[in-house]
Amino acid sequence: MTTPVSSMALVLGGSVIGSIGAVFLKSGAMAIKRTWSSILYNWKLAMGIVTYLLSSVLFVKGMSHGELSVLFPMVSLSYICSLVWSKLLFHEKVTRAKLFGIGMILVGIVCLGLGSA
Amino acid sequence: MITVSPEATVVDHAKRRQAVFIILAGTFLVAVAQLLIKTGANRLGHADLIGTAIGILTIPPLFAGYCLYAIFAVMMVYALRHGELSILFPLISLGFVWVTILSVIIFHEAVSPLKGVGVAVIVAGVATLGRGGSH
Repeated sequence: MTTPVSSMALVLGGSVIGSIGAVFLKSGAMAIKRTWSSILYNWKLAMGIVTYLLSSVLFVKGMSHGELSVLFPMVSLSYICSLVWSKLLFHEKVTRAKLFGIGMILVGIVCLGLGSA
Repeated sequence: MITVSPEATVVDHAKRRQAVFIILAGTFLVAVAQLLIKTGANRLGHADLIGTAIGILTIPPLFAGYCLYAIFAVMMVYALRHGELSILFPLISLGFVWVTILSVIIFHEAVSPLKGVGVAVIVAGVATLGRGGSH
């Protein structure tokens, strides 16, 4: 069984879009104050929810065809993206613990993917 | 050098640690939600878009699954207010571990040695990130 390129594109696309969704969720979350309007009229929060939903639809569509051992590890692209966006947009530090942690998660997901084959 | 009052840093650390725990607890909810949706989706058959929407509201496991997702969204927004995105977002990968464990307990799925290694390595990675995030 081979994995169609379209499935890989869907999963990789879903990963990137999901990480962007998380960026919107964080900026929206930080804009919340003690008023209902700061939640209801929070376009960043709304964008975050929509992009996050979109990414999950892409994941489900992508995962329905192809090998999980190939597609599963592609999900971890979203964690690497989140590290890059966090550094660029929120000026979070790239520490050794973060690189090691994300590296281990990546290896673990590859093992899970290969193990489900 | 900017001086930070010790009290302020303590509060900050406590909130960051709280954010890490909220996300870790949330990943369990997501795993349960995924299994509920997987169970409920079997009852959907080949429903169209409207059929799926009605199904989400009327098929109990589907409805419960999506409610859990909504609760996780609220938890995530709360956690992201105080925690770092580069720590909290990769922590969601713990969901893979819960799904594997729950599949064994509920559906009696077999675990290959490689899957076992995968679970252990993800847990180690999450622990490394989580510890780094609360200091």
